[in-house]
Amino acid sequence: MSKNPEFVKFDKVDKSYDGKVLVVKDLQLDIAEGEFITMLGPSGSGKTTCLMMLAGFETPTHGEILLDGNIISNIPPHKRGIGMVFQNYALFPHMTVYENLAFPLRVRKVEKDEIDKKVDKALSMVSLSGFETRMPAQLSGGQQQRVAVARALVFDPAVVLMDEPLGALDKNLRESMQYEIKHIHESIGVTVVYVTHDQSEALTMSNRIAVFNDGKVQQLSNPAELYEKPVNSFVAEFIGENNTFNGEVVDIDKEKCKVKLANSEILANPISVKSKGDKTTVSLRPERALINPSDKMDNMFTGKIEEVIYHGDHTRVRLNLLENSEFILKVPNSTSNLELKVSQDINIGWNSTDARALDPK
Amino acid sequence: MSSETKQILTTDGIPLEVSLKKAEKKNKIKAFLLVAPLLFFLVITYIFPIGEMFTRSVDDRMVTNMLPKTFKAMEKWDNLNELPPEEVYRGFYEDYKLLAENQQHGKLGQRLNKEKNGFNTITKKLFRQIKRKKIDENASLKEQINKLHKRWRNVEYWQAIKRTAPPYTASKYLKGMDMYFAADGSIAQVEEDRRIHRILWLRTLEIAFFVTLFCFLMGYPIAHLLATLPMKYSNLLMICVLLPFWTSLLVRTASWMILLQQQGLVNDFFVMIGLVADDNRPEMMYNKVGTYVAMTQILLPFMVLPLYSVMKTISPSLMRAGKSLGGTPFVAFWKVYFPLTIPGIGAGCLLVFILAIGYYITPALVGGASGTLISNQIAFHMKTTLDWSFASAMGLMLLTGVLVIYWIYNKLVGVDNIKLG
Repeated sequence: MSKNPEFVKFDKVDKSYDGKVLVVKDLQLDIAEGEFITMLGPSGSGKTTCLMMLAGFETPTHGEILLDGNIISNIPPHKRGIGMVFQNYALFPHMTVYENLAFPLRVRKVEKDEIDKKVDKALSMVSLSGFETRMPAQLSGGQQQRVAVARALVFDPAVVLMDEPLGALDKNLRESMQYEIKHIHESIGVTVVYVTHDQSEALTMSNRIAVFNDGKVQQLSNPAELYEKPVNSFVAEFIGENNTFNGEVVDIDKEKCKVKLANSEILANPISVKSKGDKTTVSLRPERALINPSDKMDNMFTGKIEEVIYHGDHTRVRLNLLENSEFILKVPNSTSNLELKVSQDINIGWNSTDARALDPK
Repeated sequence: MSSETKQILTTDGIPLEVSLKKAEKKNKIKAFLLVAPLLFFLVITYIFPIGEMFTRSVDDRMVTNMLPKTFKAMEKWDNLNELPPEEVYRGFYEDYKLLAENQQHGKLGQRLNKEKNGFNTITKKLFRQIKRKKIDENASLKEQINKLHKRWRNVEYWQAIKRTAPPYTASKYLKGMDMYFAADGSIAQVEEDRRIHRILWLRTLEIAFFVTLFCFLMGYPIAHLLATLPMKYSNLLMICVLLPFWTSLLVRTASWMILLQQQGLVNDFFVMIGLVADDNRPEMMYNKVGTYVAMTQILLPFMVLPLYSVMKTISPSLMRAGKSLGGTPFVAFWKVYFPLTIPGIGAGCLLVFILAIGYYITPALVGGASGTLISNQIAFHMKTTLDWSFASAMGLMLLTGVLVIYWIYNKLVGVDNIKLG
């Protein structure tokens, strides 16, 4: 069976609540069948609005949303057949776990035996068999979350929407739930649209991530590409850690450009700069800069250690490098550890391909 | 000795339980002292008056104290269907003479007259005879008294006196239900055309029920709107709900009188739009309609506020969840939202019903003859007939009724499910 690459399609969608400000601007987004796509962005970036429009609780101000080729903008939520996991789970507090799961089946007039079977299956999928008669209040946060996931899946929807479902859980539980949801997705192959503001959650779980800011998708790509190759400084800043240098392009060819900083010049990879004289922000991941590099690298500088912070598995070193006193280095805590002391001078090197010259901040 | 049964000692050797109690004792005393003024206040203003009301409603010591010798002699009166023996007459004569000297005889006459009509006349006659000293104390008093009036020869009057002997009586309660102790001591119903109290009780229940229903039907959507509107609109609406609440009850009732009277604004409006003819204006006041309209409006906030406080806590995502799972808006409402508002409905209905059942001023002003409630009757006996013991009895019957309703409600919904705010 070939998968439909445009299973869910946002076609030039605009959304405004008050007629003055566009919360979502000209959104163009295709979601493939069976894909796990995450909408990631800071609060107020329009990601939840997109989800609500897909679920049918908000209507697009302009443009169309298509599900499997059909325009759904005028279909009420209960006829869309889209499962949804809400931020606070939205379990019905007056119903048992069984009744919660049976609700979507009962309203679809499914036979009692069939309901029992499906509820059983859904509960075992989230490893909660035997919890049928519990009330939601008798469950822990993680268990409630699983019930919410099971309820959104029990009626075999084509698409499942998840609106920051792990936001209320503590860190360890959140991580284990991330894997669990990912595995459920892999085993049943449902299309998942996931909304979060937690970038590590997005990176672990998704096939593709759409980074939202200011009502627009800034970048839509797989997690590795998003991290390694951010296309603009917002994405570079938002995903992972990032060292930046602001400067002006003084020389440019296809693979390299020379960026003039206040008192020095560095080589960088031209991404959004086109010509000499462009202002730019050069972005470099902390782990791409090495201390005393053995290979010849095309950027080699000396910096002064300002602060050393022990982080367990790694040590963070803050340097003053090229007039940037916020330059961060991550040093793995391996056995052959270096002596790192404050106000010591060290040599730092990186390849110009890793230093991405992006739009100026 | 197993470790579970072993007494746990604190470091200085005192058993842990003792030490804990000691530590908490101070806090307990403090907590009690904090509530003590309120407890004292409640005892004085609530429990004590109710106790007093109860005593008054069953108290029948007046006659007992007035006729001690009579009742003593009546102990030997065996055949109650015949006139009592001479000793009873003598006892009664002596008691009555003493009362006459102390100017207390009138009270007794009135009291006995309530027990049996016609007593007032014959006791007055006896009083006059005593005053003129026409009674020969050495002759048979039975013959002399019997001669005074034929009613003295009627055994029913003596039976009536005997019935007043016990210091306590439930007769006021029976009267509240249009019943009385018949001559032979059995409970009998009053004639059908005089059963006013039963009609009043039923009408009170009926009006309270329908006012509760109307309040619920009107209050539910308002409360829902209040709970879901954005803050700036919901505040305004809340003020609209509360504004009447802050206005004097009397003013509100009076304004309903202005609106509802036959030449009032509502009738004018009906005539203006041609709904009714000018010479055929409907009566909307001094009957049940007036009571319904005014009481519903006045009690509405008591329904809206508990409902609102419950609805406010229901997350809007629950309705959304219901819809996204495939429920039509109605199913989502009926299966998800409505069951969650039951605590508020319970609290609101209980509050309105209990308030309505004892409502006084509004029915008194707009109710007319067919719209008055039992509380108006209670007030009537307190202020006009001055039969306080009967008013107390009816008040207690009302209180018992409310407690019964509360009990039924508890069985049906559970008091834990009530949420007042």
